[in-house]
Amino acid sequence: MTATEYDRAPRVAVRDYASPLAEKLNALWETKPGVIGWLSSVDHKEIGLRYIVTSFIFLIVGGIEALIFRLQITQPNETLLTPEQYNELFTMHGATMILWYAFPILTGFSVFLQPLVIGTRDMAMPRLNAFTYWLFLFSGIYLYVGFAIGEAPNDGWFNYVPYASRPFNPGLNIDFYALSNILLGISTTLGSLNFVVTLLHMRAPGMSINRLPILSWGTLTISVGNLFAMPSVTLAFFLLWMDRQFATHFYRPPTGQPLLWQHLFWMWGHPWVYVIVLPAISMVSEALPILCRRPLVGYTAVALATVLTMVLGFGVWLHHMFATGLPGLALSFFSAVSILIVIPSAVSAFAWLGTIWTGRPVFNTAFLFFAGFIVVFVIGGVSGFMTGSVPVDWQLTDTYFVVAHIHYVLIGWNLFPVMGASYFWFPKMFGKLLDERLGRWNFWFMFVGFNVGFFPMHISGLLGMPRRIYTFPEGMGLDTINLITTIGSYVFAVGFLLFIINVVLSLRHGQDAGPNPWDAATLEWTTPSPPPPYNFVVLPTLATRTPLWETRLRESPYHSDLGKGFPLDHGKEALATTTLDAQPEAILRMPEDSLMPLLLALALTALFAGLIVKLWWLVIASLVVGLIFQLIWLWPRAKLAERRP
Amino acid sequence: MTIVTISRDDLPIGSVTSRTVGWWSMIAAIITEASLFAYLLFAYYYFAVQRRGEMWPAEMPTFKLAAPNTVILLVSSVAVWFGERGGHEGVRWKQTAGMGIGFVLGVIFVTIQVFEWKAKSFSLNSGPYGSIFFVVTGFHMGHVVLGLIMLLPLTLWSALGYFGPGRDAPISIGAIYWHFVDAVWLVVFFSLYITPYLGLRHG
Amino acid sequence: MSNGEQILPSPRTAQGRGSPATRSILALALPCLLLSTKVASAETPLDYLITHGARADSIAHLAWFSTAVSVLVILIVTALLLVGMFRRRDLPPPALPGLAAIARPQDGISWIYVGVGITTVVLLITTFWTFATLARTGPQPGPAAVRLLITGHQWWWEVRYLADTPSDEFTTANEIHIPVGKVVEVKLRGDDVIHSFWVPKLAGKTDMIPGQENQTWLQADREGVYRGQCGEYCGQQHAHMAFEVVASSADDFEQWRQQQLQSAPPLSGAALQQGEMLFDSRCGICHRVRGTTAGGIVGPDLTHIMSRRAIGAATLPNNRGNLAAWIADPQHTKPGNLMPRLDLSGPQLTLIRQYVETLK
Ligand code: HEA
Ligand code: HEA
Ligand code: HEC
Ligand code: CUA
Ligand SMILES: [Cu+2]
Repeated sequence: MTATEYDRAPRVAVRDYASPLAEKLNALWETKPGVIGWLSSVDHKEIGLRYIVTSFIFLIVGGIEALIFRLQITQPNETLLTPEQYNELFTMHGATMILWYAFPILTGFSVFLQPLVIGTRDMAMPRLNAFTYWLFLFSGIYLYVGFAIGEAPNDGWFNYVPYASRPFNPGLNIDFYALSNILLGISTTLGSLNFVVTLLHMRAPGMSINRLPILSWGTLTISVGNLFAMPSVTLAFFLLWMDRQFATHFYRPPTGQPLLWQHLFWMWGHPWVYVIVLPAISMVSEALPILCRRPLVGYTAVALATVLTMVLGFGVWLHHMFATGLPGLALSFFSAVSILIVIPSAVSAFAWLGTIWTGRPVFNTAFLFFAGFIVVFVIGGVSGFMTGSVPVDWQLTDTYFVVAHIHYVLIGWNLFPVMGASYFWFPKMFGKLLDERLGRWNFWFMFVGFNVGFFPMHISGLLGMPRRIYTFPEGMGLDTINLITTIGSYVFAVGFLLFIINVVLSLRHGQDAGPNPWDAATLEWTTPSPPPPYNFVVLPTLATRTPLWETRLRESPYHSDLGKGFPLDHGKEALATTTLDAQPEAILRMPEDSLMPLLLALALTALFAGLIVKLWWLVIASLVVGLIFQLIWLWPRAKLAERRP
Repeated sequence: MTIVTISRDDLPIGSVTSRTVGWWSMIAAIITEASLFAYLLFAYYYFAVQRRGEMWPAEMPTFKLAAPNTVILLVSSVAVWFGERGGHEGVRWKQTAGMGIGFVLGVIFVTIQVFEWKAKSFSLNSGPYGSIFFVVTGFHMGHVVLGLIMLLPLTLWSALGYFGPGRDAPISIGAIYWHFVDAVWLVVFFSLYITPYLGLRHG
Repeated sequence: MSNGEQILPSPRTAQGRGSPATRSILALALPCLLLSTKVASAETPLDYLITHGARADSIAHLAWFSTAVSVLVILIVTALLLVGMFRRRDLPPPALPGLAAIARPQDGISWIYVGVGITTVVLLITTFWTFATLARTGPQPGPAAVRLLITGHQWWWEVRYLADTPSDEFTTANEIHIPVGKVVEVKLRGDDVIHSFWVPKLAGKTDMIPGQENQTWLQADREGVYRGQCGEYCGQQHAHMAFEVVASSADDFEQWRQQQLQSAPPLSGAALQQGEMLFDSRCGICHRVRGTTAGGIVGPDLTHIMSRRAIGAATLPNNRGNLAAWIADPQHTKPGNLMPRLDLSGPQLTLIRQYVETLK
């Protein structure tokens, strides 16, 4: 690379992944070998996979916790676990699943896929991307350190005060939860910020906002949503920590307000439940049509519905507080919104049905997961519709009916799409197809196990089984149902085990996938599988939403240019485009691999470790070190054209 | 059939004045920070409404230190704006002076704020009002300090002549943040200092 | 929970009501329920689809409606999905890996119009029904015959019967008596953490929040014993925080009330007096027995403990064996509860138990 330039008219080159150009780009973008190289990688594909693997590990850990405590409530008056053990297990289960599995797994898919889908070379801020991963990992380890030393949170995942305040919970249990949550919150916020910038600023030329793949709409929507929602929970936990550490008066009666916690928590909590499903259902909206051999029915409607769900999601938090004695007017309003929020979901549901009905589905495992998903989507949705009605919720709330609802939405709307997406994008990630025969077994075990395990929870809920009870008496009509539930959960777990086996076997012996095994329509399928470090040898230019299908669909007189484009090979470079029309705007210099993200994440974690053990010198030391790292990180570099020399 | 073509004009390389990656991130960060303060003030108003008379300290807020301090912060914003203009025009002294004065005024704001805190009859844990007052102003103070941590290197880098016309994105980005901190203060000031006089105290 | 102790099974739960229509919806809604005869025939004391009070009734109607809608939606969507997947098409289904030609049939979008249109109508109906039910069940209809102040403690219920004259007020615990067919006003408080007051067959939940007083109301339309349960997670023994509502005729209720107003009777016999002294010193700091010097407020009022059907917040039936076991080691059945094990000697235990048994 020569002396820094400040403008350039990029040259145009031909797309050829075997050319010297490709080799040059490879040398520029490749992660260096060795441990240091691995730790300092900022490649979004590498980081995305790390996210996915880590989240699946959290899923397994949380799942094993559930499998253990399920044994305690399989039959009446069981004494396998003590009440406290049971409480810690279900709390860890809920927290792990909702916070350390359900969102990070989608982040993983997004981090891996989004730059490919929108035709760019990396996230807008690759080092920040690495940083958010490390922070996510460390926050999870932080939480589990508490678990390991016997100080696991024990107040349920939503952690109501006053039970979470010092007088009723004197140990470090809640502190571990509060602080790990703040740490994770920082990671989530920064990750969302990175997606917003990437998706608004780095789309391939010609990918105007109305050509944004539906997959990206999910990520974009929830990333913006997170910017608004995350501070609420971070603040809630911070104030709780203040109450516990410094005897402030936020939550603890008589001077504090227990309900303030609930407001702050659910103002985040409800948007959050959409945050952890919208990218997943967008994956369905993206992949299902491809397997039905037609474009999605109602692209615009579905994109708008995605956004609308998020927006309305900010207006329903009170439905988690229907029984707290709120005024009737508030109840009516929030009840109405909770019921009407069904409409955007109905849009998606009927779009999928229409797509299947008018398309010609390919019955592979991914499709099975998506079709199964539609069934559990509706079951999970309608139970939410029922609790949305205030008087009914007065009966249903805090019973197993709600437990059924959350598993149908969380497993149904999150894990099933994730499974389907794994089958669908695995070939892109690793260049191998997952085994179809094992896939069938995988699907049927999970689908049957899931419904056998969780559908009966609706009934135990209707029969009045309260949630979060470590045992239940005989003679309540609950014995058989709970036995069935436990059996189903184990069948479901076996199904997931089959998936892991399939991944391991297919990585070794899987059939080669080629660049586009499903004959799909979008940009990620134009790269080799797995994609090279630089993703695209030349940046594509779009004229339609489905560049790989446009010749066959014959709908637009204009055609995308996938055969030639900007190679941008003067160093690590990517293209910035305008927000709405995606016209080229600037050439971005991308940063090199760096250890800084890891070091900064370590410093921040050390700071939080200092907070929990009250080693104030450690807090201050990590703060200073962190600031120095920050300064180095942000120092304007002439090489990156951030400053005049 | 027409294949689309890309325009091949000269493209700027790296961080340009505005709408760079950094600029976008700062906007996103400000959205989330603004939400944070919205939730903080939600807590304040929630207490005010739920606990009516009980929450408040004996005295009404005084403006003796807070009013001049508000002015100081506003002036610092002007200074930073001045520095930013210097950056656009490529006038190095203007740029350095603007940032530097902004920094100094920010430090004065922080110092006065500490005295303001000392003068209070209540404390962080004397009651809900104290908790809210100190946490809200503390959060704001945290943001001011963060802003100062940005302004200091910006001043330094300006003096080193790193930036010039078309290459002053960090200056603009830092400046937006500083203006934001300033704007938040106005909202905080209104909520904590003025609403009690507007009758919030009596429900 | 070994050695023969019984968790209280529900006593005579009043027989299920429900119109034929309701029954047939049940058949439709919960096929699993009916398939499993064991479940269907079991007593289900917390089930709130079959209710016994005006308030819970109107909620149940709405619940049945939304259940029916939900089940229908599930069935319809599943049917559409299956037919959509397997219906015959003009072209044969593509072979793996999906090399069928791409096409964009034009009739897709009407799916969204029709589906969302119908959905919206159903949703609006539900919304208005919700409003109507809320108006009917939210505010208390008319003046109350009985007024209660119930305080949730970790993990038991303090029940105070309010009256206009203080001498008519009294406190009991874990068992509520109400007259049938009358409106009962219930004020709710939390003492330590949040609990939730819930009698499924009579009314939905209302939280008991420290620092705040909530209000709800009940009405039982037939005599019976209804189980109540804490509906908000409140710590280790949330599972064993139940209570019972005994709805009886106005006469029976009045008789019960008069009895509860009495203080503990004077004792005859040295053994009982010794038992009382022991109780006073060992238990009196936490428990109150009106008419004696035992005046603790940490645990339930025991003045009429023997008139109650259960002990330990409806955890154990109140019989001699359970009572003795509870006093000897309350931590065995209800680990973590706030009554400590007192390490009484055998004779002390007998004396105390005999004394407690006089508290009728
Ligand atoms: C993963 C995410 C997720 C999703 C997507 C949803 C979706 C919905 N949720 Fe759920 N919810 C949770 C996660 C989620 N929820 C969690 C975790 C809790 C519990 C927290 C806790 O207490 O631990 C909870 C709790 C919860 C409650 C509080 C219950 C209580 O504690 O008392 C309520 C009440 O209104 C509710 C409502 C809804 C509604 C109306 C929807 C709607 O968005 C659903 C809309 C979708 C459909 C209805 C299906 C498709 C529509 C059609 C096919 C059209 C035809 C339909 C009709 C005519 C009805 N949810
Ligand atoms: C994404 C979210 C998610 C997922 C996937 C699950 C999965 C499961 N959940 Fe969870 N659950 C929640 C989110 C989730 N849950 C939440 C938020 C709560 C509320 C918590 C609260 O109240 O605070 C909850 C509460 C909850 C309860 C209620 C507890 C109570 O109120 O007392 C129950 C009870 O049965 C339960 C059961 C299960 C089971 C059996 C599974 C199964 O699906 C698990 C299946 C197992 C796996 C997927 C792991 C795979 C295992 C292997 C591969 C085996 C490998 C093993 C070896 C090699 C040894 N969950
Ligand atoms: C430190 C306080 C404390 C002491 C001392 C104490 N108790 Fe208790 N007791 C409690 C509490 C708290 C409960 C409620 C336990 C629960 O159900 O969770 C209780 C419950 C009971 C109950 C069941 C009441 C009901 O309505 O369910 C009985 C009976 C009882 N105690 C008897 C005794 C006797 C007899 C003694 C003395 C030998 C005694 N207690 C000593 C605190 C105490
Ligand atoms: Cu009291 Cu749960
Ligand atoms: Cu919700």
